[in-house]
Amino acid sequence: MLAAIGVDSTAELFEQIPEPLRLGRPLDLPAGLSETEVYERLAELAARNADAESQVCFVGAGMYDHYVPAIVDAITSRSEFLTPYTPYQPEISQGGLQVMFEFQTAMSELTGLPVSNAGLYEGPSSVASAAYLAIGATGRRRFVVSRGVHPHSRETLATYSAGYGSEVVEVGLEGGLTDAAALAGAVDGETAAVILQSPNFLGGVEDVAALGAAAKEHGALLIVACDPMTLGILKPPGESGADIALGEGQPLGNRLDFGGPSFGFFCATEDLIRRMPGRIAGETEDVDGRRGFVLALQTREQHIRREKATNNICTAQALNALGAMVHLAWLGRHGFRELGELLARRTAYARERLAAVEGVQLLHEAPVVREFAVRLDAPVEAVLERCAERGIAAGYPLGRDYAEYDDGLLIAITERRTRAQIDELAEVLEASVAAERGAKRSHSDTNAPQGVAG
Amino acid sequence: MTLIETPMQRERAQTIFEKSKPGRRAAVLPDAEVPETPLEELIPAELLRAEAPRLPEIAEPEIVRHYNRLSRRNFDLDSGFYPLGSCTMKHNPRLNERVAALPGHARLHPAQDPRRAQGALELMWLLQESLSEICGLPHVSLQPSAGSHGELAGLLLTRAYHADRGEERNKVLAPDTSHGTNPASVTMAGYETVKVATNERGGVEIDDLRAKLAEHAGDVACLMLTNPNTLGLFDENIAEIASLIHAEGGTLYYDGANLNAVMGQSRPGDMGFDIVHVNLHKSFSQPHGGGGPGAGPIAVSERIAPFLPRPQVVRREADNGHGPSFDLDFERPKSIGRLRGFQGNFGVFVRSYTYILSLGADGLAEASETAVLNANYLKARLAAGRAGERLPVAFDRHCMHEFVLSGKPMKDSLGLATLDLAKRLLDFGFHPPTVYFPLLVDEALMVEPTETETKESLDAFADAVEEILAEAEEDPELAKNAPYTTPVRRLDEVRATRRPLVRQPLGD
Repeated sequence: MLAAIGVDSTAELFEQIPEPLRLGRPLDLPAGLSETEVYERLAELAARNADAESQVCFVGAGMYDHYVPAIVDAITSRSEFLTPYTPYQPEISQGGLQVMFEFQTAMSELTGLPVSNAGLYEGPSSVASAAYLAIGATGRRRFVVSRGVHPHSRETLATYSAGYGSEVVEVGLEGGLTDAAALAGAVDGETAAVILQSPNFLGGVEDVAALGAAAKEHGALLIVACDPMTLGILKPPGESGADIALGEGQPLGNRLDFGGPSFGFFCATEDLIRRMPGRIAGETEDVDGRRGFVLALQTREQHIRREKATNNICTAQALNALGAMVHLAWLGRHGFRELGELLARRTAYARERLAAVEGVQLLHEAPVVREFAVRLDAPVEAVLERCAERGIAAGYPLGRDYAEYDDGLLIAITERRTRAQIDELAEVLEASVAAERGAKRSHSDTNAPQGVAG
Repeated sequence: MTLIETPMQRERAQTIFEKSKPGRRAAVLPDAEVPETPLEELIPAELLRAEAPRLPEIAEPEIVRHYNRLSRRNFDLDSGFYPLGSCTMKHNPRLNERVAALPGHARLHPAQDPRRAQGALELMWLLQESLSEICGLPHVSLQPSAGSHGELAGLLLTRAYHADRGEERNKVLAPDTSHGTNPASVTMAGYETVKVATNERGGVEIDDLRAKLAEHAGDVACLMLTNPNTLGLFDENIAEIASLIHAEGGTLYYDGANLNAVMGQSRPGDMGFDIVHVNLHKSFSQPHGGGGPGAGPIAVSERIAPFLPRPQVVRREADNGHGPSFDLDFERPKSIGRLRGFQGNFGVFVRSYTYILSLGADGLAEASETAVLNANYLKARLAAGRAGERLPVAFDRHCMHEFVLSGKPMKDSLGLATLDLAKRLLDFGFHPPTVYFPLLVDEALMVEPTETETKESLDAFADAVEEILAEAEEDPELAKNAPYTTPVRRLDEVRATRRPLVRQPLGD
């Protein structure tokens, strides 16, 4: 090979790098290992995590411990889906492109909006991308955002806003739901979009249509973040006046993976199609008249439009969207709705069961589907530690994000959480709160152990 | 040319929604085990959905068959050579998939208390340390979800860095050869792109850079570069370029799409870059998944570090005789904030860390060496044949891990566009190179073979190009009407944009 190139060594090929910039030493990294050794090392690291297999997981807060059916893994691990690049050559990418088209159809159906893209990174950055779209669509730069929107979404929006130069105004919660009067008061003629989430971060199902009226009145877009797993039973945002419905896709066909990769979905009204971020597959025909699929509307995208692109996104989450599509097909029309009902009923049971526990009160009584918030009569982190020692991840401490709910605990239910596990949660929580209160009373401070796992 | 339809062509596309039949299903759900309260008693009726969404009704065997059939309508890296320039289509080791699927990784909740996620945080910290060493920069954030997300992060970091110094700057410089994501990210970050010209050796035109810096004195926030650049050439003037932009108070940003050429050979930090993004789905073997997932960690210099996204994975030394522990640090007052939910694409981190552990220091350096050798060999093989005249290399010098050909002579002499050549390559069982990029080169064809291809694969590709050119000398119509053997033939892309049909219309 060197002879064909006309050099004596590969080192000669690297001579185009000026000598002072050549590293000239090995990287300061360990030597390579055999596959066996690497496996053992990774297995050892994995074993030092308390996962949902070793703990009973009642933590949600945007990502949920659903059962992902085996066919999802079987299909997403096929080389033909796992290893291609983005489908730039449609003639040899019909599989991936058709999956995108099917996924768009499914998400559009779930959200009740006519147009869907093929997926974005994840939920929170999708909110920021929707805001960016709203600036282009309205020529305005002010956002009114409910504090019921996921804290990570609000933080991501703030980060992006520093770039595209916009103002973010937050509206508080009242009884677990967005304060409607405060929202109406905050929206004005300079508002580009009103951003809501339903169910909101505390689990409450918002009256999107009522809240959205203020946006309509002032010509602002209505952006609604939603949990796709609730859309089998909840009214689709598109029927409540949303211009954009988006969200975190993880509950559909994706594992927890300590936070990613998952995907974001993004659906909109017809008139926003040319402003959408991300890939969109469209149906067309080949020269012989066969039905086929291509990347449509590429003139929105960075590789064509460069600085005038509607978004900078390139590599997104195609494989994760495939997982979602397979999961949705597996659940099917009726299974998907039944799962929503199952979540709502088990959650209602869990809420009632916990409300009866000494030292636990409901944080709000708004309607919920799969997650609800309680207040504890003892320090939340300390109670969680006690529950963890008994093998239960009891929930998400709201104090991490909401100073006003520092006694709050957010509890999520999936189809994996059985009635017996819910009963056990109630017992363990009761005992843990009681123990913490006792500890507090006796001043023998045995708070959360400070030791380090592993 | 008429051909008999292949079996796959004969099988017309049908979506899973069209295969739906009322009453069929796959899922069996667990019993509710709790009272079957009517939904209206739990949630106000006006907030409920009237009808179940029209998802497919289909049994499991048919779902499997449907997606298996679709998979066969994809060309993939495991089936053949995929020299897609700028995309680094290297082998994806299956060990990575196995360890990513361990329950300790796959079923770990992202909000888990850091004390009970020590293995995951240590893995992230180790990956940060590895990338820091590879990039030659002291601090790393793993948070960005892909390369373009890393670019946006880098520009927001630049903005925060200047704001902290009380400066406001509005321009970002980028070469005319840059990836499309660069200017798109610039706009999202609220800056304006200023193009810098390319010199006759394919590098940044220094005089033009000086002129642009002078024209926008005090207003240039950043210069975004790829090195090796998108022509596959190392810019020998990088040290001078770095000192020019630094003298003007700007940051130097490294688009890491081409890092595969220089791992263990040369480090962006040593070249003078302040901010680097790394595409874990390119150089570090995360499978591309047909368009993601990926991850785009960023490595930065000391002066940029205070502004890194929140949270940051940190290692804390123990004071109680225990070993070190790992934590998520949210107390970063100057941070630009979050770029996404939770901690990033952890599953991608597992795969890339596994890759780095497997290859080690020597293996990474050797990977880059072989990538560069393979690219130069293929370039030489092509130049020795008809391509030498019809498809000359755009800048004739040794390349790094990829090279760019110009199809202009082929178009002028044979009437064959680069697109035609690309489509005819499909009939020969190859994924074509990247076409029509960079924009600077007429009828561009960008070839990146990667280190995981054998000499035999490279030869076979060169032979195919030779055969296509020879055949076109006889009958150019063959290539102009290609492909013939793919599941569908050339598709009408204009129609898909003019009258977009982006979802399946659903009946009752």
